Amino acid sequence: MGSKRVLVTGLSSYWGGRLAEALEASEEIETIIGVDSQDPTRELERTEFVRVGTQHSLLRRIVEAAEIDTVVDTRLIVDSVVASAGRTHENNVIGTMNILAACGGPDSSVRRLVFKSSAHYYGSSQDDPAFFTEDMERPHPPRTPLEKDIVEAEAAVVDFAEKNPEVSVSMLRFANVLGPDVLTSHRALFELPAVPIILGFDPRYQFVHEDDVVAALAHVLHADLPGVFNVAADGVLALTEVIDLLGKRFAPVLPPWGTGLAAAALRRLGVELSPEMLEQLRFGRGLDNRRLKATGFVYRCTTREAVIALGEHMRLAPIMRGAAEPYRYEREVEEFLRRSPHVRTHPRRRERANGDATVLAPAALAEEPDTSPAGAAAPVAGYDDLEAEEIAPLLDSLEPEGLTALRGHERSRRARPEVLRAIDKALARGGGG
Amino acid sequence: MPPRTRTDALTPDGPAAGSGGASVALEDLRRHLPGLEPERRLTDWGRSERVERLVDRTVADFLYHLWFRCEVEGIENVPSAGGALLVSNHAGALPPDAPMIAKALREEHPRARSLNVAVEPVFKAYPGLSMLLPKVGCVAAHPANLQRLLHDEEALVLTFPEGRKGPRKLYKDRYRLRRFGHGEFVASALRADVPIVPVCVVGAEEAAPIFARLDLLKRLTGSLRLPVVPNFPHLGPLAVAGYLPAKFRIRFLEPVQVDAAPGDRGAVQTATEEVRARVQETLFEMVGARDSVWLG
Repeated sequence: MGSKRVLVTGLSSYWGGRLAEALEASEEIETIIGVDSQDPTRELERTEFVRVGTQHSLLRRIVEAAEIDTVVDTRLIVDSVVASAGRTHENNVIGTMNILAACGGPDSSVRRLVFKSSAHYYGSSQDDPAFFTEDMERPHPPRTPLEKDIVEAEAAVVDFAEKNPEVSVSMLRFANVLGPDVLTSHRALFELPAVPIILGFDPRYQFVHEDDVVAALAHVLHADLPGVFNVAADGVLALTEVIDLLGKRFAPVLPPWGTGLAAAALRRLGVELSPEMLEQLRFGRGLDNRRLKATGFVYRCTTREAVIALGEHMRLAPIMRGAAEPYRYEREVEEFLRRSPHVRTHPRRRERANGDATVLAPAALAEEPDTSPAGAAAPVAGYDDLEAEEIAPLLDSLEPEGLTALRGHERSRRARPEVLRAIDKALARGGGG
Repeated sequence: MPPRTRTDALTPDGPAAGSGGASVALEDLRRHLPGLEPERRLTDWGRSERVERLVDRTVADFLYHLWFRCEVEGIENVPSAGGALLVSNHAGALPPDAPMIAKALREEHPRARSLNVAVEPVFKAYPGLSMLLPKVGCVAAHPANLQRLLHDEEALVLTFPEGRKGPRKLYKDRYRLRRFGHGEFVASALRADVPIVPVCVVGAEEAAPIFARLDLLKRLTGSLRLPVVPNFPHLGPLAVAGYLPAKFRIRFLEPVQVDAAPGDRGAVQTATEEVRARVQETLFEMVGARDSVWLG
């Protein structure tokens, strides 16, 4: 049974938007409806946006009216830095229960539920196995509010699956995400001049590239795979290895005892270290990703490649700043584009025809995993639209490794000879001005 | 402590209902083990060939050849391919037996197989140790870790079933084995379907005299628990200075293949006792045959 009519909750979150974008590219999907309490943050072509929170009576009416057969819940907050404990609980636990209530019941049209969860479900402690499989539970009960909420939300989903055997439920537990686009607190940590680590600890870290997150959600949705799946890229790196790949330094400024106090002091300086992150900085975490791979999913990036991709982006970021205009949702414009008889080609469709869009086609992804190495990922949306004359003056402000990264990107994309020549010249000058 | 399994509605009929995945997934997951990228310096377990080689060439080499003058028998009992669980007696405050067994395998075994040492997970809470032990091939003794190493990666794993009780025993009790836990190691070997190779080490008991001090320290602080791990790479030359030059003899016994279900407690307990008895007997025989503690 393929999914045809999809409801994406949390459309305005990064993942909701990215997923809707990916689903739009798939012809089989008839309808995509996105709900959120805030305006969407990505430009979408045919996704219908309804501004509604997680009130289950309202959601229920939407589900019934649109005969939704698949619900994808992407709104889980997995970083305790982004919201207060109260709001997180409201969103993660109460919100999940409301959405489940809106999908369940004997007369519901919903047949598929995809729930985006997090590897924080497993926590991070000294008694952990080196690789968590989906069947394992955390060795100790959760301690931080966020972890408690995630465990509780998952329990609600499991409960829902038991009570509604006709609905096939998939739950995806994602490792820490890295990528050029998505902002996470780990990325904020890596962007510091020196990365603070706990003295005497070199934890194991596993990441997953942002594109793989979207691809995994789409894969599970298309292939109809009930069950729990870990989503984490191949390869578990030591933190010092990660920092090395990013070309950064580490600073063992956090003491092994009284780490919380030191973290509080760092927080004063503007470095946000969540309790979950402190645990990970001490004990690390590894996931067994083989169950999802056995279903035919192919990861685009290994952990190492995801880290390298981020490193390249971080080097390019200083000159790319402001190149892309942020998208702003305007209801009237979106209404016009969707409903007016005068619209012939949606701007996004034209973009895609030009081959510049970074839309992800999940089916194509699974078939040709190795066509685009990590280095070729667009460093920043909008770079490819810059003219050669506009790029040249920017080169002088770049470090040599940034230039090399830029050169690789340019070669794999437009390969304009004048730009390549300019980069080579800048490199010959030793980079930087 | 076996991993508790979830009894939820999602997992049992999970992927089976979808694409016929579950049964395939269960037997064939080994196919999906990630390979190691050539540029990587550490394995997914955090093991570093560089650090290992450094320790091997310096401290381990010195201890093995000059200090303990290790003699090895029965190396042919360690299979050249496939996983195997090595089970050894354990002694000394900073037990030198694990690194010597690892070194023996590298030196004497025709395939120079590398060894993973299962150690108490508590090491992960100690700064420094938590960083260094994985780099030289130690893993936390978790059933899931053993399963992955033995079955999926077909590696050699050394475990000390006496656990913390081994190095804690008094000098007067030397070479008298403690209880072999609850037989978790037999269950692990059964689950992974690998042979158990008992290993006897003579010499370690006399080599680590810090033992007495550890007891005093324990009484003074009341809480200090020294990790049951070979931590000479951590202390470097200091640890060498702490060892007395006892003569080491390492004997690998014939592999034991147990035929039972991992859940069969009775059979597991019987096999555990059998392995323990063989190690104990051989130990007594080896100690009885030696003329001198220092010269062998």
